[in-house]
Amino acid sequence: MELQAVLMAAGGGSRMTDLTYNTPKPMLPVGNKPLMWYPLNLLERVGFEEVIVITTKEVQKMMATDPKMKIDVKMKLDVVCIQEDGDMGTADALRHIQQKIKTDVLVVSCDLITDVALHEVVDLFRAHNATLAMLMSNAHEFTETVPGQKGKKKTAEQRDFVGVDQSGKRLLFMANEADLEDGLSIRKSIMRKHPRMHIKTGLVDAHLYCLKKAVVDFLADNKSISSIRGELVPYLVRKQFSKTTNSPKIKDDAENQNQKTNDSSTNHELLISSRDEPLLQLAQERSCWNDHRGDMSEAYHGGKLRCYVHIIDQGLCCRVNTLAAYIEANRLAPKLFEEPAVHPSAVISERCQMGSDSIIGALCQVADKTSIKRSTLGNSTTVKEKVKVTNSIIMHGVTIEEGCNIQGSVICSNAVIGRGADLKYCLVGNGQRIEPEAERTNEVIVGTDQLMEI
Amino acid sequence: MADSGVTDEPGTKDDVHRAKTEGKELSKEEKQRLRKEKKQQKKNKEKKDEKASHESEKKKNKEEKPVSAAAPASQPPTQPSTQKAPSAVPAPAPVPVPVSETPALADKPAKTKADLKAERRARQEAERASKQAATSKPKAPPNELQPVVKRLPEHVQVDNPGVLKKLAKKLERQQIPLRLDYGYKVSLFSHLHQYSRKAPLTQQLSIPSTVIHPAIVRLGLQYSQGIVAGSNARSVALLHAFKQVIRDYTTPPNEELSRDLVNKLKPYISFLSQCRPLSASMGNAIKYIKKEISNIPSQCKEEEAKRKLLSCIDCYIDEKIILAAKAIAKSSIEKISNGDVILVYGCSSLVNHILCEAFEKNIKFRVIVVDSRPRLEGREALRRLVQRGISCTYVLISAVSYILPEVSKVFLGAHALLANGYVMSRVGTSQIALVAKAFNVPVLVCCETYKFCERVQTDSFVSNELDDPDDLIVTRKGKTQLEHWQDVPSLGLLNLVYDVTPPDFVDLVITDLGMIPCTSVPVVLRVKNVDQ
Repeated sequence: MELQAVLMAAGGGSRMTDLTYNTPKPMLPVGNKPLMWYPLNLLERVGFEEVIVITTKEVQKMMATDPKMKIDVKMKLDVVCIQEDGDMGTADALRHIQQKIKTDVLVVSCDLITDVALHEVVDLFRAHNATLAMLMSNAHEFTETVPGQKGKKKTAEQRDFVGVDQSGKRLLFMANEADLEDGLSIRKSIMRKHPRMHIKTGLVDAHLYCLKKAVVDFLADNKSISSIRGELVPYLVRKQFSKTTNSPKIKDDAENQNQKTNDSSTNHELLISSRDEPLLQLAQERSCWNDHRGDMSEAYHGGKLRCYVHIIDQGLCCRVNTLAAYIEANRLAPKLFEEPAVHPSAVISERCQMGSDSIIGALCQVADKTSIKRSTLGNSTTVKEKVKVTNSIIMHGVTIEEGCNIQGSVICSNAVIGRGADLKYCLVGNGQRIEPEAERTNEVIVGTDQLMEI
Repeated sequence: MADSGVTDEPGTKDDVHRAKTEGKELSKEEKQRLRKEKKQQKKNKEKKDEKASHESEKKKNKEEKPVSAAAPASQPPTQPSTQKAPSAVPAPAPVPVPVSETPALADKPAKTKADLKAERRARQEAERASKQAATSKPKAPPNELQPVVKRLPEHVQVDNPGVLKKLAKKLERQQIPLRLDYGYKVSLFSHLHQYSRKAPLTQQLSIPSTVIHPAIVRLGLQYSQGIVAGSNARSVALLHAFKQVIRDYTTPPNEELSRDLVNKLKPYISFLSQCRPLSASMGNAIKYIKKEISNIPSQCKEEEAKRKLLSCIDCYIDEKIILAAKAIAKSSIEKISNGDVILVYGCSSLVNHILCEAFEKNIKFRVIVVDSRPRLEGREALRRLVQRGISCTYVLISAVSYILPEVSKVFLGAHALLANGYVMSRVGTSQIALVAKAFNVPVLVCCETYKFCERVQTDSFVSNELDDPDDLIVTRKGKTQLEHWQDVPSLGLLNLVYDVTPPDFVDLVITDLGMIPCTSVPVVLRVKNVDQ
């Protein structure tokens, strides 16, 4: 067995609480499919037969009842439930399932929607015998107006600084702006080995990681690391260039010299060499290949720990963790698949004007004289006469009474929009009722109970 | 009349039996193909024969006796030889196909039904001989010429659609994706594969590869991306991967390790040759492993067998690569004297090893490294030598005639040594040897014996390797002139990997068996075969 897939679906969606307070993030509908269906579909297409899904009990229950998940996902899903409020990070979750991990592992986040050729990432992992291989993409600006956002406020998201080498594949440096208080400092050892480094800030981490089994074992011993993205990856990237990694024999000396005993013991874990290491060494010595030129060192500078990244420029790769991303995903995700826009079981009246880029879910009822453009209608939605829906996302079980005009909005499940309502760029929460003849612009309408949640 | 009656009944049994045996012998592709050919011939002639059968009966009776005498006679000598090692040899080995031997070869496996089969084969022989005599006499001479026909390996017949179809079928059976050729091929080399590095074979494989062992997938990737390059490195990496395969192997029930493991290795070898055509050294290593595996006695327990195989592989590497390098270094150092100026080409692991050893022995010499595009391997050789402290000069191959007056010796590495004494090495080597000859500079080729191969080639066209043509594209000052070379219909980019140096240009070959002239290579091969 070469790789085991692990899907992290226990996240809370902390940056889009308006959407997730009732529906857990993995089950949010995107293009009428639950969000976690997309990474599962990616894994299935590529050829995985089994996936370990780490999620909460609530999501597990919803998964069991969701028709899409039951029918379309042919792989064997091994669901591991963890406590929702246990405050478990992704690395903690990996530690939790350490017993199940028998080989190298591919960790995917449930909110990743992409059509990347996965073999590019895995090939880097295989060919260079890397410890970590990850996927990143050049971010695109979101152009749609986000409901509830007052003005074009740039989100105060912390930037990520990612340093790659000449070829653009080897990961040299990774830090978040929050950790760099007084400027970006790069160690001399890195500069000596890689004098040319490209530092990029506009990259989006897809949260798709190929990790060696030794890393999972290392996590089991180091309980202080709780998040893969936040702590483990920067740690591994830093460790590529630490002195102890270059000469595995020195690890004993380091302990004697009382020099960062923590580091040396952890290095021992990470550098579990395969059997026949001397043969591999011999092959590398005899091979006339080097990954860099211009200095006197051998391939990989003799380092055993290597981190690689695959950066994609084209194609879809988006992480649905904010409202803007959610809207964008709804726009783009249906284009990934060649499925009919209108579900066969939907009842659409003849005098309805439907744009070609609208998606109608199952068991919908759309009455006469309606106009649905660039929108997504969830399952079992009822749309009465003379309704105009433009640029919106309507989730499941919503009822829209006559004469409504909905523009650029997100209506969550089981909401009821009273007749004649006019909603522009609004977010209507779960199960809300909008009174008839209401006129709302740029508002977030949620229940009072949700407001109390923090 | 009695004979003809007997021939008719087994005629129907024939097909059934043949179908059964074909089912059993899936491992022996060659024999299967032979049998299919025979079947075809038989079908075509059976229709004609029904009318002519009465006439040819008499001829049958006459010819049956001598043929049946011939068939059992040819059986005993072929049976022991085929019992030894089902030599499922990689394609390059020629297979003589004498008509009389085919029936004997075909019925080797089922010893219990040997008698029935012998009879049947004899009768088939008689029928075919009679048909051939009956239909046309001119067909008799081709029978005599048949033993001389050799089968060309698949990888030099890429422009033959029939061969490609067979390859596609074989790969489909082994569940390995077919790698498509890329770009326009120069017409002289259109019979060779040309792959693109940007389209790796893993694109078409499932990601947790189940059909192919992960170690082999990793190895294939490393080959196609050039991370493991160089004859020795490739062989060592291959043997390392095979060790992992053997470790993870479990014998399925009702199967023998000696046969099943060889069958398991076949798709892996196809996969690797799709990633990058196999080198001669790899071919020899594979032959050795297959022989070792088939020689495992059936009583041997799995653990013990695996341990034995692993130690065999270690032994092979030790003897043929590591110790051979030491022996060659020892002999070569006698040839290097103080004040020498040695010219090397590209990055040969063996030559680098020799020079480093010579430097350790405090011989004062300097080295000139000659390099060529697009691989620019000389830079790596330069780095390794300078790291040791050897003083080096670096030139490109276009300057070789300028620098040669300074040179006292030329040391070259080899990818393979062919049976007629020709040296197959990195493209450019023959040029260096030619210019050196013109300047009367001695050329010494260093090569381990495990790279000796039984192929014969006199030119670099017949069998070579075409690398990715996009490697030739270079960007200077922001401009890439050849970026759209595919749009120009009359332009083809040729990136050859190997060339062949005639033995007249080589003064000495230094092997682990000693220092021999180039023409003694067939002798070494003969001695090796006798040993084994």
